[in-house]
Amino acid sequence: MRDYERYIRYRTFPSPWCPGCGDGIVLKAIAMSFSELKIEPDDIVVVSGIGCSGRMPTYFNTNTLHVTHGRALTFATGIKLARPEKTVVVISGDGDALAIGGNHLIHAARRNIGIKMILINNGIYGMTGGQCSPLTPQGFITETTPYGNIEPKFMASELLIACKASFVARETVNRMKPLRDVIKKSFQHKGFSVVEVISNCHINLGRRNKMKDPLTMCRWIAGRTVTQAQYDKLAPEERDHKYPVGILKEDTERLEYSELYHKHIIPGAKEAAQKAGGHNE
Amino acid sequence: MSKRKVLQGNIIAAKAAVAAGCNFFAGYPITPSSEVAQYMSKELPRLGFPFIQMEDEIASLGACIGASLAGRKVLTATSGPGYSLMQEHLGMAEMAEIPLVIINVQRGGPSTGLPTKPAQADMMQARWGSHGDYPAIAVYPAFADEIYSETIRAFNLAEKYWCPVTILMDEIIAKAHEDIEIPDTKDISIYSQKDNVVKDLNIYDREIGEKPPRVDFFKGYPIHVDSLEHDAHGWPTIEPNTVHKMQTLRMQKVYHYLDDIIAFNEYNMDDAEIMIFSFGISARSSLAAVQLAREQGLKVGLFQALTIWPFPKKQLQDRFKRIKKVLTVEMNMGQMMNEVERVSTDDVEKRALLRANGIAFTPQEVLNAVKEFYK
Repeated sequence: MRDYERYIRYRTFPSPWCPGCGDGIVLKAIAMSFSELKIEPDDIVVVSGIGCSGRMPTYFNTNTLHVTHGRALTFATGIKLARPEKTVVVISGDGDALAIGGNHLIHAARRNIGIKMILINNGIYGMTGGQCSPLTPQGFITETTPYGNIEPKFMASELLIACKASFVARETVNRMKPLRDVIKKSFQHKGFSVVEVISNCHINLGRRNKMKDPLTMCRWIAGRTVTQAQYDKLAPEERDHKYPVGILKEDTERLEYSELYHKHIIPGAKEAAQKAGGHNE
Repeated sequence: MSKRKVLQGNIIAAKAAVAAGCNFFAGYPITPSSEVAQYMSKELPRLGFPFIQMEDEIASLGACIGASLAGRKVLTATSGPGYSLMQEHLGMAEMAEIPLVIINVQRGGPSTGLPTKPAQADMMQARWGSHGDYPAIAVYPAFADEIYSETIRAFNLAEKYWCPVTILMDEIIAKAHEDIEIPDTKDISIYSQKDNVVKDLNIYDREIGEKPPRVDFFKGYPIHVDSLEHDAHGWPTIEPNTVHKMQTLRMQKVYHYLDDIIAFNEYNMDDAEIMIFSFGISARSSLAAVQLAREQGLKVGLFQALTIWPFPKKQLQDRFKRIKKVLTVEMNMGQMMNEVERVSTDDVEKRALLRANGIAFTPQEVLNAVKEFYK
């Protein structure tokens, strides 16, 4: 058994994912990052919401919590604040994190609470059968946009940076080594971190848009993958079709929320209580 | 030593929560419950515990469930509109069996309704608010000392039956400043599941009717907790026999212990010919009305429900063997009235005094309804 397999809960297999799905690659990259950082499985909790990505925690041999649609970050916030020394990971999809869970994402980033989020972006609601998501590219055919999607997608990274997120990165399922490295790096970051992973859903997105097999879809992703330097040189109208990869923002100065609370607020409150003689009405 | 004080109802509840061992609060401001959050934001860090204001009520209860699973005793406080949003995670807490306490200081509804006016209109939401079947527990204090004792009891019930418990209050008793004797902490009985801990991965493995043990993360054996229907391991399942067993387990952990959960007060019931059934602020008006009626020689008694859910069915049915007239008094358009109807036979004459305009009943109004009933 390789060391990262300690973090895999084989008893719960098989997974519900379609053959060729990128979710398995992300699962392995996360397990390998746990292993490389030698975190004890019981010191980890992996939380997820609903969707294909939502099923991932079931397969980690760590503490795992599968919750309601879009709300994983709220549960993770409670856990992190209650036990700041633990490693709290959230796995989410683009629909889960950016549609129904958009509000929670904004505020987790703003607070800089030490949750490590993996945002798997396949541009579609896969589990429910292929409906349009906020990150479905414009013009694409889905089950709820049968005449083409008229809504523009947006870049999760740009939203997160605007919300003062302290670690934002993007990778794709085509690039296992850089993906593993950036996930590991994000796990070492103290504040709120998001690694967006561009993934393939050839079954529910590709199939309706002339990319019905995983290879075609992964080549399409590869054709859109650029470095940040290449992205910066592009004209604004060209940027819409590209995904810059790598670490897009890293701020190690900002204090993590639970650390700020436990090391600053609590001692301050205790001191104030002593001065007031314990009086609080 | 006990301390005599004049305190606001919301503050009494918050103080009682701290006395019960509450060491985590996540909430969102809403009238008329905000003083609970304000008190906790000041008090919890003094004791070394976390407080967080979340982005909405859905997030608040999510954070509470997370913290509960991480071993904390958790509280949130809200009002009708926030309680509506919380139903999503109230269902999650019922499904995954998570102990927590929610204070719902009710205001006039539906929707954003009457933010600063009292109502008793979330009675059915406290029972049936979330989708699916689950055994709700809700308590309802009426007097200042009951706010304290029922808050302690709510935490004990949550701990004992490993489930969410709602404390219903109405705006009047939550906002009023009243005289109260705060008991000494050594006189408060706190139930603890400390010794009844899950020892392996089979976190939901128990017999029907058995009380659930405590389930926490970070205990040395990584567990899985799910909002999906699950088996004894907590892993998702759709196997019909397992699903049936789990549904029954969750219902019966409460319904096997009704005598322990159901609490009530009775006033002048021994020789009563008319029984008033009421709770919260309406019970206070009703109690004053009973005293007025007795001065006039009218044989009226009051059954004040402290546990609203599960409904005190057996207790009321016992009273209906002798008393054949019941008047339900509540500040809504008729909610618990239907429960009284449900548990009584046809030979019991049922009437109700109902109003949902933001004004509480005066004792005289209740007395008039009683006199009308006598005719």
